[in-house]
Amino acid sequence: MLIHAKHLREIQLGVKNLRQHKLRSALTMLGMVFGVGSVIAMLAVGEGASKEALEQIRRLGSNNIIISAQKPLEEQSQQTTRTFMSIYGLLYADELRIAESFPHVLRTVPVKIFRKAGRLGERSMDLRLLGTTPGWFELVKRPLVAGRALNPFDLQNSANTVVMTEHGARRLLAAENSIGQTLTLGGDAFEVVGIVRSDGGQGTGLQAPDQQIDAYIPINVAKARFGDITTQVSSGSRSRELVELHQIIAEVDAIDNVEATAAGIEVMLRRFHKKLDYSVAVPLALLRQAEATKRTFNIVLGSIAGISLLVGGIGIMNIMLASVTERTREIGIRRAIGAKRKQIITQFLIETMVLSTTGGLIGIAIGLLIPWLITLAAGMPTLVTPLSLILSLGISMAVGIIFGLYPAVRAASLDPIEALRHE
Amino acid sequence: MLSPAIQAEQEGMAEASFENMSRIYQMGGSEVRALDGVSISFARGSFWAILGASGSGKSTMLNLLGCLDRPTSGRYLLRGDDVSQLDDDRLSEIRLRSIGFIFQSFNLLPQSTVAENIALPLYYQGWEPVKSAERARELATRVGLQDRLAHRPSELSGGQQQRVAIARAMANDPAILLADEPTGNLDSATGLEIMQLLRELNSQGKTIIMVTHEADIAAFASHRLYMKDGRIERQEG
Repeated sequence: MLIHAKHLREIQLGVKNLRQHKLRSALTMLGMVFGVGSVIAMLAVGEGASKEALEQIRRLGSNNIIISAQKPLEEQSQQTTRTFMSIYGLLYADELRIAESFPHVLRTVPVKIFRKAGRLGERSMDLRLLGTTPGWFELVKRPLVAGRALNPFDLQNSANTVVMTEHGARRLLAAENSIGQTLTLGGDAFEVVGIVRSDGGQGTGLQAPDQQIDAYIPINVAKARFGDITTQVSSGSRSRELVELHQIIAEVDAIDNVEATAAGIEVMLRRFHKKLDYSVAVPLALLRQAEATKRTFNIVLGSIAGISLLVGGIGIMNIMLASVTERTREIGIRRAIGAKRKQIITQFLIETMVLSTTGGLIGIAIGLLIPWLITLAAGMPTLVTPLSLILSLGISMAVGIIFGLYPAVRAASLDPIEALRHE
Repeated sequence: MLSPAIQAEQEGMAEASFENMSRIYQMGGSEVRALDGVSISFARGSFWAILGASGSGKSTMLNLLGCLDRPTSGRYLLRGDDVSQLDDDRLSEIRLRSIGFIFQSFNLLPQSTVAENIALPLYYQGWEPVKSAERARELATRVGLQDRLAHRPSELSGGQQQRVAIARAMANDPAILLADEPTGNLDSATGLEIMQLLRELNSQGKTIIMVTHEADIAAFASHRLYMKDGRIERQEG
């Protein structure tokens, strides 16, 4: 308590000395302010982006393997010359094979994606549809907004039921009261049974298959009503595609088995597919990759931060050395009166620490403000972690000690007689 | 045979005494004997003036008396304790507790108020702020500056600044008050006022040792010490 009171007085003395040179102190602090501010802001932007990416990958399920249809490259180049049907992608048989030959696969969910004209009440739209099984809603978590998700009875009865996403509902101006109404899809009447939340994320490298999807229908209904062939008319040429399944999601019993199972699936698909018209993605692996990227990002950021804080620290040291020279006489007076070397060191060290810590605190305020403005202006997600604040404050105090020590020691080592003679 | 210093000490009279004190500087290969085997005893309650040309060793003597410097050889007894070979921290402690300095150019902290300047030694002694402010007021009253406590040194006349310096030198109730040309920067009328103040402090029992080169200022002291080439030339009183 006694020591505490003593240091409080020394801090008061330091603040008083710094306030005698307000402009100089403020300019000296700028280095720390911008250093700390930019570090926190950069970390917040990075944290925000990677958190969203990780979140999205996590939502795909770390126990899941996602097998997607991929149009082979040679097909794409031929397509421009003449109209023909490209046949590629995953097969109904693939799903069966995956479900049956891998003991760790608990279940599989097939996905078909296609476009159909849709009409709800007065509104007509070209809709992106996803045909799947009820398992989809359990594997890829989509919270219900209203009504219900697809259920096994829909599949058993080949029922013309449709679950809309929030995205689709917004386009068709559907709301809770739309449940039970009829949505016409490509001439067939479907009953709207529910609305689920859309996956809002974007730009993560791995996209959930229902990005920009308007509605879900049972997969057997999709196959029976609309078939496997889709026709696209683009810039005058017609192209037809035969794709049985666009995606298969396989759920694995334990995280430890995910990667081995994914490798096994890849080997198996290679045997049955002549072309490379599929890809196997493991959210878990992507998660690890994203985390590794984040670590690298943090190291790069840390280095930049280190350099800017170093520059700030050197600025402070420079000013403190000038201050020691300027205040040689004062040091002489204090020493003559009986101040010990240690007390002179403490005095100057506390001054630099007050400078760097105040600069750090202002920097934190700016570091909190910038991400907030970025989110406000650009809609980018940002996240200021408590760790980054504690770290910045700690570093700015450490900079004060490291860069303040030399000027302080120099001040204390002055010969009092010489110092008193100094003009 | 006993040296005068030890005699005085044994009589319990000496505030400070030098025994064969030398201070030698090395300057570019040659030796400068700033003080050359000086022995002298300053009795308690005495008022000394040290006179001499520049380079005679009077400033060196004052620095040694004030524990700002250490002798090359010899003993310095302050109130009976040998302080000649103490380390920097101990010397600082002695300056803090037992020495009061008055300088030619006042040496006040320009950014601090009169009260803060007077209380500076008390800050290093770890006094409570309230108590030290009280003591500063008391000392300022003693030198007639009780209504200038919140002023900065630059707002005061030279004489007033020197009074502040004297009040500061008295703050730790020192064994010796050391004055280095205390009137050197003042006009003669103000100089006389300062000397009267010092004589008053001496009459209250304070030991004062003053360096000067002016005979009329030295006349205020009860003893005079003439220095030449690092040695005592003669002694009066």
